[in-house]
Amino acid sequence: MIHRECGVFKTTYEADMALYPLPIARWTVAAIAVLMFLMLPLSVEEYYLSIVNLISIAVIGALGLNILVGYTGQISVGHGAFMSVGAYTAANFAVRLDFPFWLSLPLGGLMAAAVGAVVGVPSLRIKGLYLAIATLAGQLIIEWTINHVTFISGGVQASIEVPRPRLFGYTIHSQRHMYFFLLFFVVLALVGTMNLVRSRIGRAFVAIRDHDIAAEIIGINIFRYKLLAFAISSFYAGVTGVLYTYYLGVANYEQYQLVVSIDYLAMIIIGGLGSVLGSVFGAIFVTLLPILIRYAMEAFGGILFSASAVLNIIPNLRLILFGALIILFLVVEPEGLNRLWRNIRTYFRVWPFAY
Amino acid sequence: MKRYVAFLIGLAFAIGLAQPAGAGHEIVIGLLCDRTGATQTVGVVICPGFHDYVRVVNSRGGVEGHKIKLIEIDHEYKVPQGVEAYERFKKEGMVTMFVYGTPLVYALTQKLTEDRIPGITPGFGRADSADGTRYPYIFPIAATYWSQGAAAVDFVKKQLGGSLRNKKIAYIFFDNPAGREPIPVLEDISAKEGFQLKAFAVPPPGVEMGAQVLDIAQRYRADFVIGHLFGRSPSVSIKEFKRVGYPLNKVVSLVWGAAEADVVAAGGWPVAEGYYAMQFAGVGEGFPILNDIRELYKKEGKPAPKEMASTVYYNRGVFSVALLVEAIHNAVKAKPDGKITGMDVKAGFEKIKGFTLGGMIPPLEITATDHEGGGWVQIYQVKGGKFVKATEWFKAYPDVLAKHIKEAGAKK
Repeated sequence: MIHRECGVFKTTYEADMALYPLPIARWTVAAIAVLMFLMLPLSVEEYYLSIVNLISIAVIGALGLNILVGYTGQISVGHGAFMSVGAYTAANFAVRLDFPFWLSLPLGGLMAAAVGAVVGVPSLRIKGLYLAIATLAGQLIIEWTINHVTFISGGVQASIEVPRPRLFGYTIHSQRHMYFFLLFFVVLALVGTMNLVRSRIGRAFVAIRDHDIAAEIIGINIFRYKLLAFAISSFYAGVTGVLYTYYLGVANYEQYQLVVSIDYLAMIIIGGLGSVLGSVFGAIFVTLLPILIRYAMEAFGGILFSASAVLNIIPNLRLILFGALIILFLVVEPEGLNRLWRNIRTYFRVWPFAY
Repeated sequence: MKRYVAFLIGLAFAIGLAQPAGAGHEIVIGLLCDRTGATQTVGVVICPGFHDYVRVVNSRGGVEGHKIKLIEIDHEYKVPQGVEAYERFKKEGMVTMFVYGTPLVYALTQKLTEDRIPGITPGFGRADSADGTRYPYIFPIAATYWSQGAAAVDFVKKQLGGSLRNKKIAYIFFDNPAGREPIPVLEDISAKEGFQLKAFAVPPPGVEMGAQVLDIAQRYRADFVIGHLFGRSPSVSIKEFKRVGYPLNKVVSLVWGAAEADVVAAGGWPVAEGYYAMQFAGVGEGFPILNDIRELYKKEGKPAPKEMASTVYYNRGVFSVALLVEAIHNAVKAKPDGKITGMDVKAGFEKIKGFTLGGMIPPLEITATDHEGGGWVQIYQVKGGKFVKATEWFKAYPDVLAKHIKEAGAKK
């Protein structure tokens, strides 16, 4: 979206509020939509779509966490647990009551939102690292509960198999079907978040993040908006969990443990706190980088090491490189990939004149 | 310099091999491995076993003239990485795969079934997948946790003099789905045999169990202990039992607390003297196939890999891949051109019978309904610095297991 914006005059509030005020931005979005909806799914192999699918799921989860951490400034390490709440709620509805996915999906999201709002209650009194520990407790309590209450988990194995989602008598099972299924929700989540953050609610979130006492003085109900932030964020998490459940065909609590919460925090920190595009960048980075490193290692690892050593070295080196690249990107631009992208844009906006 | 030359030669060979030589069709096996994640101590030993066995098979001309290509991908014991790896295997044209880790077994079951690719899950749970009619493309192959639990009770019964009436058995387990899986079976057998059963949960990460062990030894005063722990926790349990003075020859561990590494981490062989360990693959260095692998290394002028010293996990790797290759062998026999699909390999698995690899593999008989092949185990005991065989291959309580598998199938 590198473009110049001279000659664009706004004469109404609507024009000023538009998500994409410039024609070129609108055209870019349209082009990306065509690429994602038509060219990509029709041109590449299922394998590559499966990677995009994993990214899609991560994007929705990262957006949700960014609303809470990036926009409202409330740290949470319970994101994985909220996903599991959504996953098990939807799985129970889908299996016990035969609910179709378009009913169980919002139900899973709503249940996660309710649980998230409860876990968010301590945020009214505590902030920062203290809140992180409180949400950590939430994560562990939810994990334990799902693990041990067989009414929720469906037996000692704590996993519920769900049937594939069906739409108009058509079963969504291959990666290509799944791609469109997930893309639909990604678009919903993106548009929803972009609109949320420029609305009254979003501005209240930002005010709370920047200074909660000042926000309270200008008339923002802190109690309401903090819990709302937790609820909305958990709703996204719940939907992520449901989508993951439908994607794999099973709800299993081991997929939503603490390390998942940390992964999502890493995504939004690398991508950029408090930005929609940053969540997308972060999700892509964290999901794709290990895969790319592995390909690179498979191609070039043989030059440096013997064949049997490569097998042992690839996975370890991959972890090391992954960590090193995260540090590198954060050192280059502490505010994340989104800021890096904006810097590049601003540079080219005035190019070739460096003002 | 030498290494670069070797690499170039290797590259030339690889390109040469990639040309359609017409001699045979390459058969692809997917291998999920965890060399960096939560269970890396297992993965770094099991996975070399796969590669070495495949190298032996290929050095003899492959399976009926068709070379085996084993693709390994490390998934850090994480589900998204595992799913990506699965799709990669599929792209490379795999016909069967090794599913590593209980979470992955759950995550991939539906995909394997839809894509009609058989996956083996030895020792990774999902006991109800022994039912081949319900899970046509999942092959536990080794004894499931249910079979292991039943066999453990049978072993205890023999150790306690043939009757369990009014005896007390403690079950100490890692508190996750895999750890809890045997409980319903144990409870059933306890009602049948008239012994008292008490379960002691060890919460993750399972390195703190002093209270539970003390409880077992001094308050509950168990006559025998069945342990089902993973990762670092088996070694901790050995240490703790030793500390409270509970005799280790009254402790039997299921298959994931049964390796050399656990004994060493617990403080060495003398500390663990007497400890019983259950195995689903033969333990020790004396099997003919292991000699073949050593021969191959010798021929290449290299020392045998150090992983071979950890015979429990290494042999499990060889065990798993040998059965994969045997299933492929059966499939190729039916389709000599080697262009087999997952369905052919599934049929090949269901023909496995009497393939024992010199005693390393139990007398499995895999059928279309029984994908577990019987649920055979062996018990070994720590004695004088190594694992000594305490029993031959055996299985127990088939009626109880059959009932549970049937109930799991009836449940939606």
